[in-house]
Amino acid sequence: MIATRRAADTLVILIVLVLAWQVLHQIVGATALPGPLPTLSYLAKFVPTARFWENAEATLVAFFYALVLSYAIGLSLGVWMGIHRLSGAVGEPILISIYTLPKITLYPVVLLIFGLSLSGRVTFGAMHGILPVAILTMNAIRNIPPVYLKAARTLHLSRRQTIVTVLLPATLPEVVAGLRIGFTLTLLGVLLAEMFAAKSGLGFLIINAMSLLQTEEMITVAVMLFLFAAVANALLLWMEHKLHRRA
Amino acid sequence: MSRVGWIRLAVIVIAVGALEFACQFGFINRKVVIPPSEMAVALGKLLASGQANGEIARTFGIIVLAIAIAVVLGFAIGVVIHALPRLRQALDPFFATYYAVPIFIFYPVMVAIFGLSVIPIVLIGVATAIVAMIMATLNGLDRIPRVLSKVARVHRMGAVATALRLKLPAAAPYLFTGVKLAVSYGFIAVIASEFILAPAGLGRVISDAYSDFNNPRMYALMLLLIIVATFVNMVLHAFDQRWAERRGIGRP
Repeated sequence: MIATRRAADTLVILIVLVLAWQVLHQIVGATALPGPLPTLSYLAKFVPTARFWENAEATLVAFFYALVLSYAIGLSLGVWMGIHRLSGAVGEPILISIYTLPKITLYPVVLLIFGLSLSGRVTFGAMHGILPVAILTMNAIRNIPPVYLKAARTLHLSRRQTIVTVLLPATLPEVVAGLRIGFTLTLLGVLLAEMFAAKSGLGFLIINAMSLLQTEEMITVAVMLFLFAAVANALLLWMEHKLHRRA
Repeated sequence: MSRVGWIRLAVIVIAVGALEFACQFGFINRKVVIPPSEMAVALGKLLASGQANGEIARTFGIIVLAIAIAVVLGFAIGVVIHALPRLRQALDPFFATYYAVPIFIFYPVMVAIFGLSVIPIVLIGVATAIVAMIMATLNGLDRIPRVLSKVARVHRMGAVATALRLKLPAAAPYLFTGVKLAVSYGFIAVIASEFILAPAGLGRVISDAYSDFNNPRMYALMLLLIIVATFVNMVLHAFDQRWAERRGIGRP
């Protein structure tokens, strides 16, 4: 009962947002901002086309490689800095200040090294994703209550048993939170790279549509990306909640 | 300085030194990266000549404006939402998703609506920063101890006095976390907008210098942005750490 009321309230807000979109459309005109209905009909036409899927594939490929790199490097860095206290103490402030830098300033350097290639976009995406994964993994390991490790020693668990039955379950929820933020930022990095300089991909499609004043296409791509990120986030968030409840 | 601090300094000096060495001795092509010492010299010359002053003032002006709007408006919206629990519950899914979607992809949409000017940049800066401030405000108001309202009643304080002298100081550490996030998100959004599409500003100048193969200019301004961002974040982090200790969750 309460849950349905809550869902209804959320739906009301969604409707208010769409109405606000419509009102803004009335004020600024159709060329600057097409209304929700024309956008929806354009979306239905444009999304099944080959042009959309070719660019979506280009983005997904770059995003996939970037995500693998983010997770692999981020997790190893985080585990190392979590276990080795001195490295963690030395490195944490460095990681945090790199994390808060506007990394887009460094994209020209990436371009000078890799040129307009897939590797450049993958590198730039990974640059965004590595840090949150590393920082949250490190904190997860540091925050393990010492009593867990004492209990493992009392029970004479082997090193492997300690890792599998104690360390992994204790750190998993926070690590998954890191993976979720890493997912979002890696996607942002890949899209920024495509927006700044690329010949394909959804980020390129948005900028291209913008310069051709194809506002419907621009908003359609933005809405599709929005949905993709929102659904992926909801899935990862759901996993995180399940892990928290189990812990 | 502590032992850890010295090691950290050594790590940074060695990293910069290694880059300098690799560039000076041709392990890294000069067309790709110039030595850090030349970056610093180029930055010094650029600042002394005053050529980039207009762009610097413009970019940092926009950043300050966007962050100020986000903090003030975000706090006000947070207070209103906190007073309406039903609205807050309905908004929850939006807050949980907000930073998971690349909001920045709507920057071109704003350019289409408002034209290529300062307005879309300020708007995307505010949009990126404000939700962090709203969430921090909600969190801070949640954590005001109940006993404070009882204290206010015992002392017969008015609503305004209670809000200013009891509630605000109690929520302040959490509000500050919001400000810190707003600053770093606003900074990133403004610079990114200028990079992708803008009539002027530091991001635009760096991106132009990249297109013209003007490496000294590009690296000088990059260095400037990195120094400013690091400095601002370090100051905020230090303050945040002090607040955290006050509310008893900071690391000793």
